[in-house]
Order: sequence, then structure tokens, then C-alpha cells
Amino acid sequence: MSETYTAPLTFSKVKAGKGLEAALELDRAGVINEITASGLKGRGGAGFPTGVKWNLAAAAKDPVKYVVCNADEGEPGTFKDRVILTDHADLVFEGMTICAYAIGAKKGILYLRGEYTYLQDHIEGILRKRREAKLLGKNAGGKKGFEFNIEVRMGSGAYICGEETALIESLEGQRGEPRNRPPFPVNTGFLGHPTVPNNVETFAWAATIMSKGSEWFKKIGTDKSAGLKIFSVSGDCKQPGVYEFPLGITIKELLKAVGGLDAKAVQVGGASGSCVPAREFNRKIAFEDVATGGSIIVFGPQRDMLKVAENFMEFFHDESCGQCTPCREGNGKILEGIHMLQQGKCSMHYLRELCALGETMQLASKCGLGQTSPNAFLSIVKNFPDEIMGRAGAAQE
Amino acid sequence: MTDKNIKLKEESRAPVSSSVQKFAAPQNEKAIGATITVTIDDKQIKVPMGTTILEAAKKLNIHIPTLCYHEDLCVAGVCRICAVEVEGQRTLQASCAYPITAPITVRTHTRKVRQARRHILDLLLSKHYGECYACARNNNCELQALAKEYGVDFFRFGHPDKPRFEVDRSSYSVVRDMDKCILCRRCVRTCIDLQEVGVLEVAGRSEASKVETFVDKPLGEVVCINCGQCINRCPTGALRANDPADEVWAAIDDPAKHVVIQTAPSPRAGIGECFGLEPGQPLTFQMNTALRLCGFDKVFDTNFSADLTIIEEGTELLIRLYKALVQKDKSVALPQFTSCSPGWVKFLEHFYPEYIPNLSSAKSPQQMFGAVIKTYYAKLMKIDPKDIVTVALMPCSAKKFECNRPEMCDSGFKDIDYGLTTRELAQMISEAGINLPAMEKSDFDDPFGTATGSGVIFGATGGVMEAALRTVIELVTGKKVENFFDHADIIPVRGMEGIRYAEIPIKEVGPVPDLVKHVVKDWKWLKGATLKVAVAHGTANAKRVMENIKAGGKLSECHFIEFMACPGGCIGGGGQPIPTSPAIRAARARAIYAEDTAYEVRKSHENPAIERIYNEFLKEGPCSHLAHKLLHTHYTPRGKYIV
Repeated sequence: MSETYTAPLTFSKVKAGKGLEAALELDRAGVINEITASGLKGRGGAGFPTGVKWNLAAAAKDPVKYVVCNADEGEPGTFKDRVILTDHADLVFEGMTICAYAIGAKKGILYLRGEYTYLQDHIEGILRKRREAKLLGKNAGGKKGFEFNIEVRMGSGAYICGEETALIESLEGQRGEPRNRPPFPVNTGFLGHPTVPNNVETFAWAATIMSKGSEWFKKIGTDKSAGLKIFSVSGDCKQPGVYEFPLGITIKELLKAVGGLDAKAVQVGGASGSCVPAREFNRKIAFEDVATGGSIIVFGPQRDMLKVAENFMEFFHDESCGQCTPCREGNGKILEGIHMLQQGKCSMHYLRELCALGETMQLASKCGLGQTSPNAFLSIVKNFPDEIMGRAGAAQE
Repeated sequence: MTDKNIKLKEESRAPVSSSVQKFAAPQNEKAIGATITVTIDDKQIKVPMGTTILEAAKKLNIHIPTLCYHEDLCVAGVCRICAVEVEGQRTLQASCAYPITAPITVRTHTRKVRQARRHILDLLLSKHYGECYACARNNNCELQALAKEYGVDFFRFGHPDKPRFEVDRSSYSVVRDMDKCILCRRCVRTCIDLQEVGVLEVAGRSEASKVETFVDKPLGEVVCINCGQCINRCPTGALRANDPADEVWAAIDDPAKHVVIQTAPSPRAGIGECFGLEPGQPLTFQMNTALRLCGFDKVFDTNFSADLTIIEEGTELLIRLYKALVQKDKSVALPQFTSCSPGWVKFLEHFYPEYIPNLSSAKSPQQMFGAVIKTYYAKLMKIDPKDIVTVALMPCSAKKFECNRPEMCDSGFKDIDYGLTTRELAQMISEAGINLPAMEKSDFDDPFGTATGSGVIFGATGGVMEAALRTVIELVTGKKVENFFDHADIIPVRGMEGIRYAEIPIKEVGPVPDLVKHVVKDWKWLKGATLKVAVAHGTANAKRVMENIKAGGKLSECHFIEFMACPGGCIGGGGQPIPTSPAIRAARARAIYAEDTAYEVRKSHENPAIERIYNEFLKEGPCSHLAHKLLHTHYTPRGKYIV
């Protein structure tokens, strides 16, 4: 199986098919109620309540609807979806089937990250088995009149296609670029039809919740962030790998579990997340505090934080789709600024300009990429000013 | 009798440029919940559900800056300059792309908004290479105007001192200077969504993204139809027409050269806009004076050759109909398509080459005039045609390509030497220190001086069809067209609907007039027939018509179809003043129809100059041997690979 260290996951203990069975016994509204009651929020990072999303799609008046599984896992430091798809793809498809039943979709698409092409055969194999077991197709799961099929489509390596509307554009054969929102995919999604795009993990949890009940899930975590979450932990710690923790866990607790207590900072939420310094390690990982799609990157005491910022900005500078001005041009300017800082050639004044630019990018960019790409840089400037200023040959203002 | 607004299936639509989504507004504006109240900068207004913030603000007279937004195009929401703050939203919203579906409160110039707009300008300027005073769009540039509006007084994020791209001058018509491109993608949306040609697309990501042709080929080597609609919608000087003004000045300055200019109808309806006039104020006769002041030896009216086109093309149609209906000749291609729009001609050559036999072999008025000037006129004036320089003032960028077609040398010389756009002539006039609107009026020069209203309306969509019908109806019935249509206004073919269809029943026929006696003996075969015609403007509509014909639909039964490559017809051509919008084009069209009404002679066949040329020069009549040699042409089936 996967070479990545993986802590025991709840998914291993879920009996295959039980969730779908339970769902098909309910009516559509009943399924949505159950998911809503669990408090499950999108596990891709944005944290939109899953039940609400399904309900909106279910309410949309259109005979054609789609379920899309976003497996374009491209956030730096995120690899938990790869592990889930390797070990628990069946559960993911079960979640998609439950969603299809709830919203009235006949077709599902799993959009698989280009770099995960090696997983395609494995995933197709599982789909084949599900079809053979009549869990897909006409009268899926033995439910009369319920028809659902899933198809795997490959991405081609663009980070932006993990953004749900860019993903849909890509599925339609267009250049992968985010759409204007509103309208949202739940109303106007794939080919203009109502579409529910959810993360791999979200579908797996949905199936788990239908199997174990919303009460069980709701009891775990905090009020606003229910349930368990799968984390991809990497960086300067003793045991990087995939972990499962309840939401609401503090960064310190998490670091203890992975052997990274000497960290000076932790990047929570991948490149587009925020960089939390050691003094704030008591903060909770939860939607109401430090939100994350599951990526935790640990920075040990020896890490050069400016180098960290450079690394992230290089990534965004490369991956911006180039559509909107703030993101297309802004990432490059910030990266340039980091190079200036490295050479000690960035004045305090210009650094302030760049931070203001970062704010503009957060506010005025078209999609989540540009709105979050300056986060790492801004939090490093804020939390490690002494480390990044006054480099060799510093030109002080 | 007429079915004006024909709706065709949308299935033939090309892939959209990106994320063209429209909020489905309720059909009935009076239904409950069909309207909603929005508060913008403390002012309230009730708007239909789905109205964008930008549209609502316009209604309130609140100005929100825009760059990627264009009235003619689908929404992109990419430049972000129109960002506004919507209460309760964490991020700023692009007002052009935000449909109002809840009673929101909007603020258009908060600190965050001002900062964002300034940053966006600073970022665009950090990539915008070039100096304003050395730019075709100086003082008519939306980026420059915004820099002023937002008080840009330094380059916060730098300014390039070196070009990154080579200027693409490979096209006869359109020059691309990507160093001035701000990636608003209006040209892409124009080419893909508005015109459905699809030459331009965005390639590459992030800072490296740029507007490209297929595999970045030069524009002259791709399937561009030269319509220049992208130029009209470019906010900066990244796209401009290939300007021959230097060569024209050189010809004027050369005493050995006899420089004549013909002016098409549309420029006169638009040129005032270049001199600060409101759209729709024609300066026909002031322009004649200005042109003489500039140094042109003769100023002719393209309307003369438009009338000539009507006679030739109309005769061609009658011949085709005769062959098809009387001689039952199955090889005759019908419907006959007009050929005066060079953008449309190239569109057909590329995308529907199998329909080339349907194209009228008649040259466009511009090219007919060139051939006539360098033969008939040269002889009349006893000037060696090699010393004549023919300049054509056109609303069109594709005319530059047309006059450079290798086959357009039937006079033994290049029939038309230079195609000048309305914008370029305005520039020459201002260079000569002439205040055009203040000029006294003067007439066109003889021997082509007298024009008709039919020639004028060539400028608006439906005009060629109307002109042709006026002549054909009179030739066939022997009665005044006014007997059938009030004031000879053939309203069914007028308008701005994308595709229009009309049926003209021929209930009575008269004697065959002398002009076409060599073609048909009598009209009996036309009695009781119904002439079916259609009009389409914009190549997206042309495509719809072609697909309908291909599928054997209603329009395949037509006898004659007018096609114009540009939305609105020539008045919306790629050489016309910038900006353009549906309202501006409508105003120009009104000016053209007003001019038509003012003419004493309004039918091509009644033009005395036309009668004269057929008596003195083209003695064997329309579509005769000499007419064919000089006034007709052939086409190239280009397909998608031969350019």
C-alpha cells in the first residue's frame, strides 16, 4: 500500500456499504438532514457546510445534476487524499453515491490530479468492482429507480484546477480558470447544471457518518468544527505522515503527536494557509481559529523563514492562472520583494507597500488562490520581522 | 409577409472563451421577487433580479471604473478594477460580474476599494511598456484615462524600460503590440464569443500568460478575417490597424502623382466622434473640403461604386435565378451571397470554402472603384494610370487586406493602393491642422459626383439588401418601388437583429429595361414568384446562417443573403472611431438612413453617373465581358490552413 506513514484511521473500521445501505433506507431529505446534523464541513479547506451544499443542489430545479469529487490534491504539503484514495477509495465512492442519491444526480466524476495517474488503474478497478456489485449503475445499491455512475477524469497538473470552478472548466474542456461566483456550482456547475463538488475526504466522511450516525460525528471536535480530520504532516518532525485528529486540537498537541515540539513555526493549511509562530502554538486547528485543508508543515529551529516564504511564493508565481490582475502580477512582485529582502535591498517603505499589495490580493483577487497566496508571506513578515530584515548589505531606510 | 426576427438554434455556438455564465433573470419583470432593492453609496434603487452591481450603479449615476468590461462582450471579471465592497462579504467583489440577488449594500470608494484599484493600476503599469505620446491610442486609452482618474504620479511597482515582445506587423490589417497588452481579454472574447472566429486565445500561466494566436504564429498566418473588431474593443494601443498614412502623405507630396480618394458612407457617419462630436453627426461635405485641403487631387464618393455593385450584383442574381428557374440548371449556386464585406469573404473562404460558388463574383465597391479609376477615369482625364494613386477611406481594417489581394490588379495596376480607416484619416486631418467640424461644405468631384441614397445605406446592416431590392423591384415590375414600400424604405430588412429574413412576392412584372436586355428576354418566369432574402451581421450570426443552410433549413431556400462581418454592418467596422457600443452604432446607422432620405436619387440604377458609365465604357452592360474583367473577381478556398 502507501509508503507514507499512516496512523490508524477511522475509515479502516467502517464496514463497506453500511453507509449507503443506511442512506438508501431514508428519503433524500433524510440523508441531507443527517449530513447537516453531523456538522460536517468541507474537508478541502474552505469549510463550507456539506449538508447545506447538498441541500442547495437538491433544491435546484434541473433534471440533470452532477457529483464531482475533487481529487486534484495540489496544495503543497497535502497528501492525505492520495492515502485515502489508495486505501479507502471504495468509501469515497460510497460517499459520492450517497450524495448523488441525496441531490438526484445520475453522474459522478472523480477529477484525479495529473500526478496521481499511477493511481488510475487502482481506482478504476475499485469502480469496476462496485459496478459488478451493482452498487453503481441502474437501481444502484438495490434502490429501485436510483441510477448513478462514476467516471474518472484526469487533470493535467495545474494547481488552479483544484479550485472547484476551474476544475469544472477543465472538465468541460476549457482552460482551467476560475469562474465568477455567483452563480455557484450548486446552481450552475458542470455544463451549466447543478453540481456538488466535494473533497475526497469529505465524501469519505459522509459515508462514515451515514454508517456511524451523525450523533457520533457531532460529539467529536468543537461546536463549530465537528468531527475528525485527516492531516498531512510534513517538515521538521520525527514522524511525518498521515494522521487523524479531532478538530479543535491545538497545534502543540499535534506537534507532540508527530514529534515536532521544538518547531519555531508551523504552516497550517498548506502554501495558501498561514504560518503560526511558536508563541501561538496553543491555538486550535479548527474552522473558527486556524483553518486547514489538512496540511501541516513543521519548521524546525534551523529553518530560514525568508527561504520558506520564497519557496511558497515561487509556487504561486508559477501556479497563478494569470486571469486576474492582482494574482497574476502580485505574486511576482512579492517574490521580487523577497529576493530584495534576501539581498538586503528592500527598504522598510517598500516592504510596507508589498504588505499592502498583499492585502489587495487577499481582497480583490478573483478566486481563493490569489486571495490566499500572500498569506504565508504576510504572516512571516508579521511574525519573523527580525529574521527577514537586515540581511547582508542591508540598505536601511 | 416578413418574418423579421428569425431565431436559429444556438447549437452551432463555438466554445466560449471562459466561464460565460449569465444569471437567469425572471422573464416577467412584474412577478413577485422579480425586482430587488440595492443600496449603493447610501443611494437606493430597485432593479430587476440579477442586475449587476455595475449596471445598478450606472442607473444611479455612480461611476465605477472598468477595463475588462465591455458592453458588447460577455462578462470576464478579470481586471478587478471595478472592485467594490459589499457589506458582509470578506472580499471585494467585481461589480461587473456580481449579479444582485439579495438586498445588498455596496460601497464604491472605501479605503480598501481605492487601495485595490490603485494597486491594480500600478501592477498593470509595471508591465505596460511604451510611452503614451508615441502611441496610436494617446488620449483615447482607457488605461491612461484611469491612471489620470486615480492620480497615478509614480510607478509604485516599477515600469518596464525594455520591450518584451516583438511587434507583430505580419497582417495587412491588424498590428499587435503585446507590450501594451494588459490582458483584459476583450480581444479574446471579441474573437471567440462575439465574432466566433477564434484566432486569439490566452496561453501560458501567471505572469507568463499572454494573448496568442495558434501556436503563437504571426497574425498574418492564421485564420484571422481582419475584421478589426478586436481593435475596436482594445482598451489600450496593443491592437491597432496597419496605418498607411505615411505612404499616403508621400503620394500627396509627390507632384507626379494624381492622388484620388474615395470615401465610403460609414466613415462620414463616424468621423465626427474623433473630433469630439456626439455619435450620429455626419460630416460628409465638411470632409470633402478637408480632404482637398489635405492635398487629395480628387474626392470621390464610394457610393458611385456601391451603385455599380448593385447593378452588377443584382444582374448576377437575375442571371442565377434565370438559370435556376427557367433553364433548370442544377449547378447554379443559390442563395447568392453578397461579397462587399472583405471580413465576411475571408470568413467564408476559411470556414465554408465549399460555399464559394454562392459568393457573388462582383467585387466590393472599394475595388470596383479602383478598377474604374485606373481605366475609365484615367482615359477620361488622360492621365497615365501608373501616376494615379488610389486611396480608399473605409470604416474597415479588412479593406487593407482586400486591396492587397493579388487578384485585385485588373486595371493592370494595383486597383486600390491604400486603405485608410476613419481613425487614420482623422489623424491626417488633425495633422494638417484642420478642424473638421468647422469646415465649410463642398461636394464630391465629377465624373462620379452624384450619388444615390442606395449607396449610402451600404454602411448599415441590411443596406446592401435594401439597395438591391429597390433596383431589382423596379427593373422587374417596371413600377416605382414606392408603390410597394412607403418612401422606398424597405423596413423589413432594416434593424439591428442579428439575422433578418423577408419575403417579397412578385405579383406583377413589366417590360425588361434596356440595361439588362442582354441577360433576359422577359420577366414572365418571375411572375408569382416570391423573392426570399436574409440579412446577417457579425460573423457569429453569419455562422448561424451558414449552419442553417448546411442543414437544409429555412434559409437554404433564400435567393439572396447579405452578410456583413461586423456587428451593425460597416458603421461598426474595425476602422471606425473607438469606443464602440450598441448605442453608438445605432446612432451612426440613424445618420446613414437620414442621409439616404435626403438624397434626390435613391436608387442605384437611376444614378446618372451609372447610366453614363454603361453608355460610354461598359457598353455591353452589366456582367458583360469587360464588366467581368474589371468589376468581378474570384475567391480562394482557404480552409483552415491556407492563409
